[in-house]
Amino acid sequence: MPHDVSNTSASHSNASGLNVTVLVSVGRHPLTARARRADQDARAVEMALTLESTSVNLLHAGQQDSDHEAAIRGYLGMGIDSVGLIEQKPQADVVPALAKALRASASQLVLTGTRAETGEASGVMPYLLAEALGWPIITGLAAVEKIEQGTAVVLQALPRGKRRRLRIRLPAIATVDSSAPPARQSAFGPAKRGVLNLHQEPSEIDEALSSWHIQPARKRPKRLKIVKSSSARDRFKAAAAKADGGGGQTLSDVTPEQGAEAIFKLLKEEGVLR
Amino acid sequence: MLDTLLPILLFSALALAAIGAVRRVRLWRQGRPSSVPVIKGLMQVPRRYLVDLHHVVERDKLISHTHVATAGGFVLAALLAIVVHGFGLDSAILAWVLLAATTSMFLGSLVVAKRRSPPPSRLSKGPWMRLPKSLMAFSLGMFVVTLPTAGILPEGFFQSGAGWLAALALTGVIIWGLGEMFFGMTWGGPMKHAFAGALHLAFHRRPERFSNRTGGEHRSTGLKALPLEDDTAKLGVEKPADFTWNQLLGFDACVQCGRCEAMCPAFAAGQPLNPKKLIQDMVVGMAGGTDAHYAGSPYPGKPVGEHAGSPHGPIVNRAGGALVDAETLWSCTTCRACVEECPMMIEHVDAIVDMRRFLTLEHGNTPNKGAEVLDNLIATDNPGGFDPDSRLHWAADLNLPLMADKREAEVLLWLGDGVFDMRNQRTLRAFISVLRAAGVDFAVLGNEERDSGDVARRLGDEATFQSLARRNIKTLSQYRFSRIVTCDPHSFHVLKNEYGELGSAETPADYEVYHHSTYINQLVIDGKLAFKAWKGGSVTYHDPCYLGRYNGEYEAPRAVLKALGIEVQEMARSGYRSRCCGGGGGAPITDIPGKQRIPDMRMEDVRETGADLVAVGCPQCTAMLEGVVEPRADIKDIAELVADALVIEAPAEKATQSKPAPAAPRTVEEVMP
Ligand code: SF4
Ligand code: SF4
Repeated sequence: MPHDVSNTSASHSNASGLNVTVLVSVGRHPLTARARRADQDARAVEMALTLESTSVNLLHAGQQDSDHEAAIRGYLGMGIDSVGLIEQKPQADVVPALAKALRASASQLVLTGTRAETGEASGVMPYLLAEALGWPIITGLAAVEKIEQGTAVVLQALPRGKRRRLRIRLPAIATVDSSAPPARQSAFGPAKRGVLNLHQEPSEIDEALSSWHIQPARKRPKRLKIVKSSSARDRFKAAAAKADGGGGQTLSDVTPEQGAEAIFKLLKEEGVLR
Repeated sequence: MLDTLLPILLFSALALAAIGAVRRVRLWRQGRPSSVPVIKGLMQVPRRYLVDLHHVVERDKLISHTHVATAGGFVLAALLAIVVHGFGLDSAILAWVLLAATTSMFLGSLVVAKRRSPPPSRLSKGPWMRLPKSLMAFSLGMFVVTLPTAGILPEGFFQSGAGWLAALALTGVIIWGLGEMFFGMTWGGPMKHAFAGALHLAFHRRPERFSNRTGGEHRSTGLKALPLEDDTAKLGVEKPADFTWNQLLGFDACVQCGRCEAMCPAFAAGQPLNPKKLIQDMVVGMAGGTDAHYAGSPYPGKPVGEHAGSPHGPIVNRAGGALVDAETLWSCTTCRACVEECPMMIEHVDAIVDMRRFLTLEHGNTPNKGAEVLDNLIATDNPGGFDPDSRLHWAADLNLPLMADKREAEVLLWLGDGVFDMRNQRTLRAFISVLRAAGVDFAVLGNEERDSGDVARRLGDEATFQSLARRNIKTLSQYRFSRIVTCDPHSFHVLKNEYGELGSAETPADYEVYHHSTYINQLVIDGKLAFKAWKGGSVTYHDPCYLGRYNGEYEAPRAVLKALGIEVQEMARSGYRSRCCGGGGGAPITDIPGKQRIPDMRMEDVRETGADLVAVGCPQCTAMLEGVVEPRADIKDIAELVADALVIEAPAEKATQSKPAPAAPRTVEEVMP
């Protein structure tokens, strides 16, 4: 495993450095529904490109058609030579195929957006992948500060601009949301010239999904929170206040088993696990 | 002695010039290929020089006459000197003509010298300061040496006694003159402009620019399409050698007169752009070296001598420090004032857009809001990222007839992206009321319309431009109309001059396009409109670049204002010299800082006329000029002025004509449950 992170080279094709894979998906423009590079995934690519002495690989699992290809090429336009494409049927569960590809690769860090813009867009895929691979996962990655000795020191974004510094063991999966720096412009020339490396993989059809009926979400009116207060300061405080979660408890200095026990209990209470 | 020396000097200078010419041509040939008719082009040089070039030079009468005297004198003197002194043809008549030619040249050079003491800031110094003296050396030397041949001095004067001394001095002067005029012409001296300039006229990349005997309009302002099909080709210009060879030749023709610099709004605003320096930098890059020898005004805020380049090295580095900095290229408003003024017919805007194309299409480095605007254009077909299905929301009460319903109309009204701008909506409303008052049969594309692609193209994103243009052409091809009318000079220019190249056999894109001022003028001439008397204050008119310089329409807006009873108080810079509002070429998007803002300077021009109101004809100009802080003159579009002055005819007659389209509203599309 490579240990030293040299500061001299910013090249992203330096094979001696860290191996980062970014999982990219086909995005959808919120107004026009046109296929495009997904915003969060593009931010993940941006983050990978700004890491020093890393080699960046892009991976996409999905079906192949011209619309999708144009969207995927949007990532190549950020200055990457090729993207790996795992061909999958429309109703396929892409997790097994991705897990297989990642296991076969030398990737130590996998970056991706928190939630896709098309398909189920449940945001669960990174977790399922982490489970399948047995890797740790960190959400809301804001920056990678340093990588050494098989661990990474990263900043995690918390609500209201807070940041938390974490050290994670590699290999790991990290998801990126809109608190990460915005993606660079995608240039037409490199996007057009980039190579799509196609792999065939058997598709595992997601039975549940194929029986679902999918329709566009309806916009629901939001209930306005009326703050009764006389001064602007109070109104500001009300607007900026954290949503109080009610109950809950903070556990500290507990063993991992106790912690897991508490989480398990909560999930049962909430009906997440049965 | 002189009799033997003179031919030797003459012919060695000519030989050296020939060697230099070959070397210079090889520098140009580093560029990309571009086919030109060689013989035909060379045959055109005299006409292009005498008619087209002089048309530009003549704007400065004194310099025009000076140039005729000096250059004409030189060409004649040089030819005769070769015959008389080179081949030793002993003809008194030719000698007298030679004397006359050198005299004319000498007088011309006196004026040249006077203009340079002291030189105005737009002129380059350095080697250019010695040029008048060199001209005098050549003309005086040739004059004196010809005196014996003409019989004014006795034959053999220079062989006798004191004559020897004179001959020695004369030889020195002649060597100087020949060195500058023959040797320097092809080895990079100031006289290079004559050599490169003549060939540039012959092989110009836009031959359609030049007049011919049949007369008519000769204008060529549309950008040329960049082929995108080839997957391996580099897009745009990265290195000097990526320009076509005749573009490089054009750069080499620059005489550093600085007329472009004097007209450039970005330079005046203190943004880091000077068109003259830019052209000189391209010459530096073509030959390889640094800009340290450049002796004119620098890019504002950027000292000379820090940039260097080579024919196959990058022009712009991401980190800066190559031949030019990216912000220099992004400062340009593509107003074409430089091209309009350039006596050497150099195409600055083409070069700037070529380099921008590389930065956007290959580097993905459009500054500031550039990337966002381009993304919006790709995703929503308008630069603001608005819902493309909301294009007609502003006109909900106007019942605009849609092409989709009518299928054909006399006039297709192209609304432009101004539909999303509240200010421009007022202009559009005004124009629609004018059309209705005149009973014009018109229709709009509504949600089927897209951005014309103007801004994408000027930002270098040729791919998005072509995509928008092709889809617009396809939409337009479904309908029948006689002409397109638009209130936006940018859409006007693109539809009129830049779509044609993208049309195909099935969907030709040659439209008859009118700016609304031209169309209103037509309606006025046809007696379709009646106006109240003008009661407002004094008015001036701002020529939009894309209407005036790009399309030569200076008259119609003024005629309309006249018909309204307005006497236009012209600004010092109006017509073809109008100063840009700062809104073109994506400049407000790339937003390169300077010392002042271009629209502020333009409103200062307005203030000098004492006008209370500026009439404009462009949504960009309106936005830029209205952005200037008060107190300032009011800004109104010509359409608004016309609409305000309308006298509506008897309603009975009107009802049949301007009754809005069938009341049945368009079936609403797709509502999500
Ligand atoms: S580019 Fe044209 S206008 Fe500008 S300095 Fe050169 S010759 Fe003069
Ligand atoms: S087009 Fe206008 S802004 Fe651009 S260089 Fe020429 S004069 Fe300056």
